[in-house]
Amino acid sequence: MATLQFREALRAAMTEEMERDDDIFLIGEEVAEYDGAYKVSKGMLDQFGSRRVIDSPISELGFAGLGIGAAMNGLRPIVEFMTFNFSFVAFDQVINNAPNMQYMSGGQFTVPIVFRGPNGAAGQLGATHSNSTEALYSTFPGLKVVAPSIPDDGKGLLKTAIRDDDPVVFLESELMYGMKDEVSDAEDYTIPIGSARVAREGDDVTIVAHSKSYHIAMDAADELEERGYEAEVIDPRTIKPLDIETIVESVVKTNRLVVIDESNPFASVASEVTHQVQDRAFDYLDAPILRVTAPDTPAPYAPNLMDAYMPGVDETVDKCLQVLYAK
Amino acid sequence: MADDSLASESASGLNGSSDEGTGFPEDFPHTARLKQAGVTTLDGLRDVDSLEDLKGIGPTYAKEIAEALERYDADESGGTTTEKRSSPLSGDGAAEDEPEGPWTQQSIEIPEGPIEETVSFDTYPAGQFSHDELGFSDDEVVDLLRSMLLQRRFENRCRQMYQRQKISGFLHLYIGQEAVSTGSVSAVDLGDDSIITAYRDHGMGLAMGMTPEECMGELFGKSTGCSKGKGGSMHFFDAEKRMMGGHAIVGAHLPLGAGIAFAHKYRGEDNVCLCFFGDGAMHQGAFREACNLAGIYELPIVFICENNQYAMGTAVDRAFSKPDLFKHGYNFDFPCSLASGMDVFSVNKAVRDHVENYARKGQPSMLEVRTYRYQGHSITDPAEYRAANELDQRKSEDAIARLQQYIVDRGIATDSDIDAIDEEAEQKVVDAIDAADAAPFPDEEAIYDDVYTQEDYPFIA
Repeated sequence: MATLQFREALRAAMTEEMERDDDIFLIGEEVAEYDGAYKVSKGMLDQFGSRRVIDSPISELGFAGLGIGAAMNGLRPIVEFMTFNFSFVAFDQVINNAPNMQYMSGGQFTVPIVFRGPNGAAGQLGATHSNSTEALYSTFPGLKVVAPSIPDDGKGLLKTAIRDDDPVVFLESELMYGMKDEVSDAEDYTIPIGSARVAREGDDVTIVAHSKSYHIAMDAADELEERGYEAEVIDPRTIKPLDIETIVESVVKTNRLVVIDESNPFASVASEVTHQVQDRAFDYLDAPILRVTAPDTPAPYAPNLMDAYMPGVDETVDKCLQVLYAK
Repeated sequence: MADDSLASESASGLNGSSDEGTGFPEDFPHTARLKQAGVTTLDGLRDVDSLEDLKGIGPTYAKEIAEALERYDADESGGTTTEKRSSPLSGDGAAEDEPEGPWTQQSIEIPEGPIEETVSFDTYPAGQFSHDELGFSDDEVVDLLRSMLLQRRFENRCRQMYQRQKISGFLHLYIGQEAVSTGSVSAVDLGDDSIITAYRDHGMGLAMGMTPEECMGELFGKSTGCSKGKGGSMHFFDAEKRMMGGHAIVGAHLPLGAGIAFAHKYRGEDNVCLCFFGDGAMHQGAFREACNLAGIYELPIVFICENNQYAMGTAVDRAFSKPDLFKHGYNFDFPCSLASGMDVFSVNKAVRDHVENYARKGQPSMLEVRTYRYQGHSITDPAEYRAANELDQRKSEDAIARLQQYIVDRGIATDSDIDAIDEEAEQKVVDAIDAADAAPFPDEEAIYDDVYTQEDYPFIA
């Protein structure tokens, strides 16, 4: 094991895969000369040269589409969006071209591409730079959506995403890039897409949370423990395909579920988990499933409003106590 | 349409075809323009008294060329030089190709004005080229006709099959534009070079050798279709022939074309991508983004605007502030040309020039091919927006009629030979219809096939 920042774990994944396979290249804004807007690709230009680490102008539609075309012609591009907020100007490419190509060509063309970059709110950045896209991209068949919460998962899942023959949306976070943790340095370390991680075991209530929200869930579980309740925390790690079996198994044990999702609430990942759990484990539920999400508003700027906007530990503990009928 | 403002040189402007390609050092600026102006070597350049007097060279280019020559000469005599940074994709990525830094070389010193630029555009009018000068044998000329007739008979029958409700959904017919597909396909290495096009894709697929059976099967929604009944009219694909698809969102496939060309270059192949799109696609931002990326990465691609005069019902003149579409490529410093789409030889010559003189040398370029669709935008469009007699007038310039006349005039084949070829094409289409009729629809379980490569789909039961 090595102690790495999240960004270093992601860089290790890309570097190891690019050393292994010449068909992989990285393209995006400021990925090369600038060393990455968030330094995820730091040093990669030096190692791989400008043939494989390629700066693009501010042209998301263009370079996302270029990546898809290159993938149709046999390469395995990693396309970095400086943030996923900017993927919206490439939306048609990501949702119409990447995931539909295999289907509408009757299986003749696959698109082995990774779109990666930070997702979700990252402080007082205002409404346009704070969107959460996981539910959005998960709705389109043909795309896989991955959203790791710890550096080790980041490395193992990004390596798997790069090797995957389907298009993968890989969601990171500005606020987690500096987070340090143990990361496997085992040779060929990969984590399968579609498998959740039970991060903490408990019998009283299940908390499902991905990406940044996972860390809120772990803190909330600590507080609940002080109050005498054992929470089970599940990080789905991949949003699509969703490892619903692991979640249902936990709910069958705890009979209570709270989902944290920093997205806006309507048609969110929390909505989908809620639906699937009631569909498969209705008889096991002892309380309505509750959600902790952003409100149904754009992200604000003012610090107090932004604090209110983001899901927090107190709110999570409160919702858990509600489903435990302890409040 | 401002036809009188087109290139002042018509057929004489075909200088791109006489390119020797060896007279200038690699990375020397504006060599395509210099060659067009008749300057093909460094020595020739040194003999020029005034660079600005050369056709296609304005003061800005003249300055850059003069500076480059000075640098080159200084370098040759042991002086120091600051080379223009190479493209990210040029070379093998080895250290000597690495840029020294990310700094800009753009000056904020504004030169005395006005800045004038003279540009020239090659043109390929109808009736200027013969098959023997293009290297076609007599048999190959007959093959061109066979290809065009097959497309027309196929499309005519498609209209009939739509009326009989054998075909549903959107149906955009290619009738009138057959010289564009046939002329282009015969100008590249089919199966090695890539072609990508928009939704009016039947003609291109057939011209590339897709069978009428797999094409008609697709239109009927049958499992025997080229896309197993999953794509329909707008999504013909053939991986083996490198038909990279018909694409249905206007303009959205232009970046894909750039990416396909990128992969050819990345692997060090000699192959190119022909990227076809309609006049309407040029309004999309995707056009600009794809052209710009192709320019900075020096991609082996020809952007070919198949200008059939209408974007759905909107005439080109109503929609463009600059209706000479080929000139739009100049914004990216592309060599640009204009060809008639009503003569298969003009199209062939133009595409061949763009492929061999530009794309295979890593220079993206733009070609506008002016053509005309006889049908409405789609099958349900009666095209009432046309001027009176417009269609009749265009039909009098029909590309198939022109080629038939050419063949008979030259004694390549007789009228009755041509009738037999036409009947053969018609029969192929009728057989394809019978085969499509008899073929099964996809199994219902097939709805989940080819969504993901991963086999344990569906994720949601």
